[in-house]
Amino acid sequence: MSNPLPLWGGVGEGAGEFRLRRMVQDAPDLIPGVKHTPAQAALGEGVDVIPPAIELRHIDKRFGAVHANRDVSLAVQAGTIHGIVGENGAGKSTLMSILYGFYQADRGEVLIRGVKKTIARPVQAIAAGIGMVFQHFKLVEPFTVLENIVLGVEGGKLIARALAHARGELARLARDYALEVDPDAVVATLSVGLQQRVEILKALYRGAEILILDEPTSVLTPQEADHLFRILGALKRQGKTVILITHKLREIMAITDRVTVMRRGEVVAERETRATTQEELAELMVGRKVLLQVSKGAARPGAARPGAGRLAVEDLSVVDASGVERVKNVSFTVRAGEIVGIAGVAGNGQSELMEAIAGIRRAAKGTVRISGGAAHGNARDLRRQGLAHVPEDRRRMGLVTAFAAHESAILGYHDDPAFTGPILLDRRAIVAHCAAQMRDFDVRPPDPHLASESFSGGNQQKMVLAREIGRDPEVLLVGQPTRGVDIGAIEYIHRRLIALRDAGKAVLLISVELDEIMSLADRILVMFDGRIVGEVQADKADERLLGLMMAGIDPRTPREAA
Amino acid sequence: MTETRLPRWAGLVALPIVNILAALLLSGLLVAAIGADPWQALLVLLRGAFGYQEAIGFTLYYTTNFIFTGLAVAVAYHCGLFNIGGEGQATLGGLGVGLVCLYADALPFYLVLPLALIASTAFGAAWAVVPGILQARRGSHVVITTIMFNFIASTLMVYLLTHVLIRPGQMSPESREFLPHTFLPFAHQALAWLGIPFARSPLNLSFFLALLASVFVWGFVWHTRWGYELRVVGANPQAALYAGISPQRNIVLAMAISGALAGLLGVNEIMGVNHRLLLNFTAGYGFVGIAVSLMGRSHPVGIVLSSLLFGALYQGGAELAFEVPRVSREIVVVIQGLVILFAGALEFLFLPLLRPFVKAA
Ligand SMILES: Nc1ncnc2c1ncn2[C@@H]1O[C@H](COP(=O)(O)OP(=O)(O)OP(=O)(O)O)[C@@H](O)[C@H]1O
Ligand SMILES: [Mg+2]
Repeated sequence: MSNPLPLWGGVGEGAGEFRLRRMVQDAPDLIPGVKHTPAQAALGEGVDVIPPAIELRHIDKRFGAVHANRDVSLAVQAGTIHGIVGENGAGKSTLMSILYGFYQADRGEVLIRGVKKTIARPVQAIAAGIGMVFQHFKLVEPFTVLENIVLGVEGGKLIARALAHARGELARLARDYALEVDPDAVVATLSVGLQQRVEILKALYRGAEILILDEPTSVLTPQEADHLFRILGALKRQGKTVILITHKLREIMAITDRVTVMRRGEVVAERETRATTQEELAELMVGRKVLLQVSKGAARPGAARPGAGRLAVEDLSVVDASGVERVKNVSFTVRAGEIVGIAGVAGNGQSELMEAIAGIRRAAKGTVRISGGAAHGNARDLRRQGLAHVPEDRRRMGLVTAFAAHESAILGYHDDPAFTGPILLDRRAIVAHCAAQMRDFDVRPPDPHLASESFSGGNQQKMVLAREIGRDPEVLLVGQPTRGVDIGAIEYIHRRLIALRDAGKAVLLISVELDEIMSLADRILVMFDGRIVGEVQADKADERLLGLMMAGIDPRTPREAA
Repeated sequence: MTETRLPRWAGLVALPIVNILAALLLSGLLVAAIGADPWQALLVLLRGAFGYQEAIGFTLYYTTNFIFTGLAVAVAYHCGLFNIGGEGQATLGGLGVGLVCLYADALPFYLVLPLALIASTAFGAAWAVVPGILQARRGSHVVITTIMFNFIASTLMVYLLTHVLIRPGQMSPESREFLPHTFLPFAHQALAWLGIPFARSPLNLSFFLALLASVFVWGFVWHTRWGYELRVVGANPQAALYAGISPQRNIVLAMAISGALAGLLGVNEIMGVNHRLLLNFTAGYGFVGIAVSLMGRSHPVGIVLSSLLFGALYQGGAELAFEVPRVSREIVVVIQGLVILFAGALEFLFLPLLRPFVKAA
């Protein structure tokens, strides 16, 4: 049996409940039906008389030579969920930053409920009832949830009254929108999903009627994403308006009412969600047909160069700073010419395992071997032995955001003789190298001198991939390779990973996207609570089986034992 | 509000000029308020700083010190460290120079000079490396430890100059004067050898040393792989680990270079001007170096320019206090403070004013 679900397999929504993915908790009732129940059928006629919640007219914005938004016009009806999709660097985040007053448009106007508004600063956006949840949260980590919520809207000299008021309000919001979070928890201790909930609560507490979410699910586990969509559904039912930016087309299909497609700064199409398909959206975004799943031949491990480029992990354990054992006696091998995926609910030790193999974290015990030799030392020594590593979080590790793109392009390889003489760096070679990488991976804009932070999220990810894959490594570790990347680029990245495999290299893949693991990996290891609890051949894997194994249950064991 | 980045010319040239003008305007109001003529005061200040050879010599002599301490702050800053121990490191640097000039004076000048350079940088570096190691290995914040090391350095000097190095039979805590052949030549001497007459001033050849140090910092920080590593650690320690760059090693390295640069101040003061070891020759240059570096955007070109500005303020200010009776030394300090406030602390105050002009570009 081949892979049962295509990469962008649509999952229908049942009776007003949004289930993007059937994970562990409801794995048994996986229904293949793709029935679409438009929750917004009521919208019908009266639309024209109610002014749109938001209307953007002829917005234009340039950053130097980059024309980020070109004459963009967009209307979002009140009480709907409106999706925005588009390639990396299409200008989605810029457009929303203009709406929220972070950037000023060069031209164009903004109308809120039919009234023209000047939004030059976020406070004005908040006053106009707009709330924004950024991909990189803006919370005070050592403060409690409650303190974060009232921050800036204390409304008096004494904090106690504001806190008491917020506590009551929070309870109401939690009831109405499934936004439960402990008001007294310190934000730093909360998971990413909960921190995002705090951001949403913050916006609602300030009276937001319109909520903007920029790639909210890229940092979430599938379970957290499910919950987020339940929240968004509840918000919509209460008459709030939601703008959702995402690269995951099935999220668009599952919960939006309308969707706008942007390309190169322009709006190229707008569709009623129920009248479009993922394929059509993909084509509109990229301007050509996109393969939603890259086909690959069977793996021929060891065939290309027997014994070469393999990764062997033996009895590896990792203990974190607080003394908790995060990885427990893990052993496995990745042979030359195969992609091994590690599946698992986030936080079960995959990240720590990856960092230990990459030499970033010290292993408490165990060995890692690359191409037969014992690997030791730090990340730099390992790179010399042919290991490359695409970290899970590009902004935290993969790039130096303050550096020019070409300086980030040699991170980890800065002592390569190609880039440096005995004393001085060879700037010209570095810039040329970066320009070549940018051409290779279609990074936009292809400007090696631009600061790394000025690139859109997906383009930053492409720069990291270009650097690591471009080294033609013997062993490649990849964490979340397509996080925040548009579907055209996903296709390309998947191709490159498969090409690397076919060239006889060993690839270890970690992804929270089960689909990605199932379509790329030849073998899948499942991690639970720091251990590898099972191994599945990719062609025998399905979401249900993996889902159960990720919860620590291997349904095959009893049968096989019997 | 969030678009703080500007084209290079605006950030590096226009903004600092606007800031200085604002500081001068406010100073002018202040001078007028105490009953003096602000326009005359400005002219006296400018003339006092650049108006005649001796003034220029003094201005550049002060500039030399600010370049050393400004560079010291900048190098540490690029590694994410706030080294406010320039005073202590310069004190130790001076001690190193002094020891060489006192005890190696049997050697000819061409050997004394390199020894003095090595001693000043080594002593300054050592004084900064200890806090650096404490930061790298134990997480003790360098802001705290370098400040404490300033106190230790100054009491150490007091001890040495009252008990060990003091010239016998003398009251004031100073060493004996060095032998003349160990003096670093003054600018007026050097120029005289070239046949150019120049007024006497404390300006000496360490000014060139300061310019060389600026070139070194520029090359090191932006054009060597060690500088690259240092900046990665400063900008993103996580990315450093990912790249296999040791934050600990780079913290220690950055502090060593920073301390060495501050230590060079000792060459100017001890070998170039005072020709003996004495107390308090650092005179606050280490602290002003923070403002110099801030205003110079931690870039050597900016640091040289802002050092020149501070040098001019020191020298012109002294002249101002001397010539205009109503303007006292304290008022001059207030004016210097205003420049630091506007150019350093309130760096971006006038950004919104500048933005409309930038838009068109
Ligand atoms: N502050 C900035 N300075 C310079 N260029 C910028 C800046 N912010 C964005 N850009 C450029 O504007 C274009 C649009 O960027 P934007 O972040 O809006 O893209 P996006 O559609 O959100 O992409 P992604 O899906 O990758 O997040 C990109 O080419 C980007 O490089
Ligand atoms: Mg974006």
